[in-house]
Amino acid sequence: MAGWLFVITLVIALVAVYRPFGDYLYRAISGNRDLRGERLIYRLVGVDARAEQTWGVYARSVLAFSAISILFLYLFLRVQDKLWLSLGFSAVPTHIAWNTAVSFVTNTNWQAYSGESTMGHLVQMAGLAVQNFVSAAVGIAVAVALVRGFAARRTATLGNFWVDLTRITLRVLLPACVLITLVFMIAGMVQNLSGGTDVTTLTGATQHITGGPVASQEAIKELGTNGGGFYNVNSAHPFENPTAWTNWLEIFLLLVIPFSLPRVFGRMVGQNRQGYAIVAVMAILAIASVALTVGFELHGAGTVPQAVGAAVEGKEVRFGVPDSATFAAATTLTSTGAVDSFHDSYTALGGMMPIVDMMLGEVAPGGTGSGLYGLLVLAVITVFVAGLMVGRTPEYLGKKIGAREMKLASLYFLVTPTLVLAGTAAAFATGNNRTALNVGPHGLSEVLYAFTSAGNNNGSAFAGITVNTPWWDTALGLVMLLGRFLPIVLVLALAGSLARQRPVPESEGTLPTHQPLFVGMVAGVTVVLVALTFLPALALGPLAEGLS
Amino acid sequence: MRLPMWLSQHVAALRALLVLTVLLGLAYPLAFVAIGKLPGLSGKAGGSLVAHGSTLIGQAFTDSDGNPIPKYFQSRPSAAGKGYDPTATSASNLGPEDVVDTADRKSLLTQVCARSQAIGKLEGVDGSRPYCTAGGVGAVLEVFHRDGLTGPVTRVISVNGPAFMPTYDGVTVESGTGEIPGGVITPIRGDAPAHPVVPSDAVTAGASGLDPDISPAYAELQAPRIARERGISEKSVQELIEKYTVGRALGFMGEPGVNVLELNMALDKG
Repeated sequence: MAGWLFVITLVIALVAVYRPFGDYLYRAISGNRDLRGERLIYRLVGVDARAEQTWGVYARSVLAFSAISILFLYLFLRVQDKLWLSLGFSAVPTHIAWNTAVSFVTNTNWQAYSGESTMGHLVQMAGLAVQNFVSAAVGIAVAVALVRGFAARRTATLGNFWVDLTRITLRVLLPACVLITLVFMIAGMVQNLSGGTDVTTLTGATQHITGGPVASQEAIKELGTNGGGFYNVNSAHPFENPTAWTNWLEIFLLLVIPFSLPRVFGRMVGQNRQGYAIVAVMAILAIASVALTVGFELHGAGTVPQAVGAAVEGKEVRFGVPDSATFAAATTLTSTGAVDSFHDSYTALGGMMPIVDMMLGEVAPGGTGSGLYGLLVLAVITVFVAGLMVGRTPEYLGKKIGAREMKLASLYFLVTPTLVLAGTAAAFATGNNRTALNVGPHGLSEVLYAFTSAGNNNGSAFAGITVNTPWWDTALGLVMLLGRFLPIVLVLALAGSLARQRPVPESEGTLPTHQPLFVGMVAGVTVVLVALTFLPALALGPLAEGLS
Repeated sequence: MRLPMWLSQHVAALRALLVLTVLLGLAYPLAFVAIGKLPGLSGKAGGSLVAHGSTLIGQAFTDSDGNPIPKYFQSRPSAAGKGYDPTATSASNLGPEDVVDTADRKSLLTQVCARSQAIGKLEGVDGSRPYCTAGGVGAVLEVFHRDGLTGPVTRVISVNGPAFMPTYDGVTVESGTGEIPGGVITPIRGDAPAHPVVPSDAVTAGASGLDPDISPAYAELQAPRIARERGISEKSVQELIEKYTVGRALGFMGEPGVNVLELNMALDKG
């Protein structure tokens, strides 16, 4: 009962902030005035804040910024031993540095390393955590550019990437993180530059209590749907998640931006009800997933959970089973990938849910920005399917969905499944699946989970598998890179194509896209597309394990 | 000199990244490191340190050989390094059907069974659990059928050690060591009570390997031993447990737990 109340209060809190926080985001992004600090940044960066960019220029700006970020972070990781606060750790090996640099720039935050034994404090805060901010901002910027495409009337331009990046960071992410960090510090998270303290335990043994700027990194880790933990065990670590209420707060934070962005969408296209329709689709899928995950874990099927009496292996006492399961669902429904319990030890079907959440394309509500643009692409596909059924030219928000738009939307949808399934197959073909810890169907699940997580830029794992080998680091790095930037380029191309169109007036044949019928159709199309794509893979892994 | 478009974009990107790194990567965290030095926050920002560790970080109350020290409440099993090592945090990551021991490692099921039996012995209670043998390993058979998955049973092996039941489906159970290809792995429920005496958190590793808490049920189970070892009344131990039990936050978040280090430190204080 307490577990369901935990979920219900999260829903209530998200409903309560939808309008005010969404409106705040809208004003932050679409205002015409620059703050003094922002003008200073534009001068330092050397860009003209008033210059509008075509989709091509916008995309090239995103790619240039991300490429430079990967290069910078890679070099930073490679020379950390020569810088301050390295805590005596050596330079990060080439393949792990590549994997980690790509992972943090793509908002995946997959961790092939163990934080407390690999990363010094400087590289954590000035390398990894900076990408936590800006990769989240990039996602939101791309989503906003797509919405501008829907809202535009015959223009060639989509806004200015540098302005979007700066405003989202300075007006939204940083002020929120300042507040959250303070709350987290009061809750007991550490925030220091200490290399750790050796203490003598009660029985006379020595224990090394670690330090670090954890609270400040934790704030953006959740708010930016990043998920890269300061420590190996992420949000299960008492320094990253000390109490049951910080657990609630972390779940709220990782959901709040993705669930509020549909409000921005509604405001920008001038019809709030369109935003409500999109957020309704997200909510239906999310609530169903959370309920199933919590239900499966409370039921506790499987030999070991039955022997134990509950599915508590890999879960902390202070969180308990239902709250841990809620975290697992929320972190994979978004692109966060932080964990407060270890999915590998979940019941077979409870552990399948996080995989399914990611396979949905992380659109319910998805990552910061990536969730909104992912769901809008699915809405475009739905409009097209509906158009086929009644034999009319499909249109969405007054924009015709023609051949070019459908090609871009279809390609967008195909990118991730291709990467996930090809990657999984490649691991088995090359024998690299043998680094899995578990055997049988569960071993396959570990491999499938790894590529699903990388392809969808999630970052959580069935963590038993060993992935810090050169093959895994290289393969997953490529999958993360392509899984992030191919969809972004396609989305921006779609935005450019929509922006050029003159809106067509609504007619009798127009499918209303703000009514329950459409909401149900988008949810249905999403589930059907995913089921058709991934059911065979799931049947070999978690389904085989759960039903045997 | 005017740079070509593609190059000027990368220059802008580099400048933007450097500016944001100074702001978000240095100014923001370091300001909070400074705030963490303020009185009232410094204890928490420094790791909630007390005389014998950190109240947030669990520790083992065992001797150098890993045996429980009877006068202390025991923590949960830990998968962090050799146990409660903050420099090697980890969960076990073993799955729900990890039931067959191999030469390299014990299965999760056998680990659970062995812990349950050891705790039962330490506390003087019944340590039996479903799917566990009386010998404290996973009760798992490998059943061979004539036609692979179907047909009459031809051979039955107990994969985790000595045969724990005489026959299965009329076929004599052989003792074995590990799985051999061709059979169907079949865990045997046995007749242990559905709600074992030893609580679930006592036989499983947590998520962090640093879990500072145990369930109130596990603390209750240990209370008689603590009272006996220390020559104090069981009632006073119960009172201490109640004092250090933290309920659900706001009545519905998380689960009740007892901080083991705080409890043991209070016991030592007397």
